[in-house]
Amino acid sequence: MGPSLEAAFEQAALALTAVLTDPSVVESQTAVDVECEALDPEILLTDWLNALVYEMATRNMVFGHFRVRIDGLRLRGRAWGETVDVGRHEPAVEIKGATMTALKAIEDRPGHWIAQCVVDV
Amino acid sequence: MDMNRLERISAFAWRIPASGAMRVPAVIFADAQLIEDMDDKVFEQIVNVATLPGIVEAAYAMPDAHWGYGFPIGGVAAFDPDEGGVVSAGGVGFDISCGVRTMLTGLSARDIEPMKAALADDLFAYVPAGVGSTGRIVLSEPEMDAMLNGGAAWAVAKGYGNAADLDSIEEGGRMAGAEPEQVSPRARKRQRKEMGTLGSGNHYLEVQEVIEIFDSEAARAFGLKIGDAVVSIHCGSRGLGHQIGTEFLRDMAVAAAESGIVLPDRELACAPIASPIGQRYLGAMRAAINCALANREIIGHITRQVFAGLIPGARLDLLFDVSHNTCKVEEHVIAGERRTVFIHRKGATRAFGPGHTDLPSSLHATGQPVLIGGSMGTASYVLTGTAQSESLAFSSACHGAGRRMSRHAALKHWKGHQVVDDLAKRGILIRSRSSRGVAEEAPGAYKDVGAVVDASHNAGLARKVARLEPLICIKG
Repeated sequence: MGPSLEAAFEQAALALTAVLTDPSVVESQTAVDVECEALDPEILLTDWLNALVYEMATRNMVFGHFRVRIDGLRLRGRAWGETVDVGRHEPAVEIKGATMTALKAIEDRPGHWIAQCVVDV
Repeated sequence: MDMNRLERISAFAWRIPASGAMRVPAVIFADAQLIEDMDDKVFEQIVNVATLPGIVEAAYAMPDAHWGYGFPIGGVAAFDPDEGGVVSAGGVGFDISCGVRTMLTGLSARDIEPMKAALADDLFAYVPAGVGSTGRIVLSEPEMDAMLNGGAAWAVAKGYGNAADLDSIEEGGRMAGAEPEQVSPRARKRQRKEMGTLGSGNHYLEVQEVIEIFDSEAARAFGLKIGDAVVSIHCGSRGLGHQIGTEFLRDMAVAAAESGIVLPDRELACAPIASPIGQRYLGAMRAAINCALANREIIGHITRQVFAGLIPGARLDLLFDVSHNTCKVEEHVIAGERRTVFIHRKGATRAFGPGHTDLPSSLHATGQPVLIGGSMGTASYVLTGTAQSESLAFSSACHGAGRRMSRHAALKHWKGHQVVDDLAKRGILIRSRSSRGVAEEAPGAYKDVGAVVDASHNAGLARKVARLEPLICIKG
């Protein structure tokens, strides 16, 4: 949830990290940029989260801080994080992907945006 | 689930008659208690599956059915390509060809007892498990293609397994029809360093003891007797399968809208079998099946090396290897007619009965071993396919217990070290890199696998052969 679609997307990414580890212990050592484009905001949300899942899996990283810019249905995001440290992060479970279950990316009341979906682990 | 919404077929089978947009009825296999405890979402989701084009006979839910994305987990559905039938990425799931293999050790639990801790330590040291773990095999692009085409047969040819294993793996260890060219560069990159890794979550490698035999004839044929030590491995197609699932779920959702398929739920994303995207998915999904088969073969090979290092002369023979997230082309007799259909099993195990032509001759008398996994402290089961299973649910059975509690709720209930200590008092050694992961996977967070297996047995989907209890669990 957030005051804008961008803020809600950033919060959704933080929630994604929380499935894996405590986001507050993740240090912002490296920044990774991702871009996606979709036909609607809901698919854009799963694309954004799945882009992060891919970056986490292939870079063996975990992210703790995010910035999202959305222009129409084009997203440019930056995620800050570090290489997984098993001792410190105690990663609980790998994330397989963001699903379309309970998927929402809407302004449910003025200035209050929700971005949510179920992730498969 | 409200039982009043169901028609009773028997004490273990319940029907939802076709109504509204449903093209066929839905059938849930379970006893009254399991039905009562089942999510309402299973009702909604299995009804949704029954609305899909080209579905044949009925949409089925196994006794361990629970809320999935699109299809329920524990869902089985067959589609006829000649009737506009569809293939669904959501009907297979993200972890394509996730499955279980069980290996006989030729040893008893008593034989293992003196070196149990060393065995646990060595298995943990050599079988990569947990988030971010990588295997020792890094695939070049040509090797990746060969693996995606060859499955467990590729692993054997590379020296990571035994040729004798292949007969005891579904599809002879190699899924035909794989199209590696349909596997995206991103899926390949996710897999490059993940061959021979367990993954995380509910995946595991266990050393187990045969505690109880229900069917002595089948147990003898499978080489199981009370007190025996066996090894079971539960894992799937790793990052490659997850990425393929992710990509095709999205593409099918978009394509379904474009081709006029009305989806009651976006997660039911599907495409006509005959369509270009349907064909592309089948090619990629079959390549992912091969990835899973190769992965389990490699882990089996590492397990053999660990055993041989501690117990000279130890020989591990493969009992069987099953997959429980697939879509496969099979022939079934439907209303007296033999038809070729595309069977989706999502969290459901294939369970071919005696005499099935796809089984090796050694299994013709008994039927196919059906391997049902537990979770750390809970039992696992070996069942066997029955003659009547084909007429019940296209020769399918349950796949495991299913969660009773969310990961979040489990974390509030248990601490990882406490779970490990409690299980150690019961003689079960746990090895894991993640204390939080162990807490989230606490045995109490799962439903009673025994009840699910009993319902499968009583419904005739598969017959109980043996119950196994863990001695060592390497947790992913």
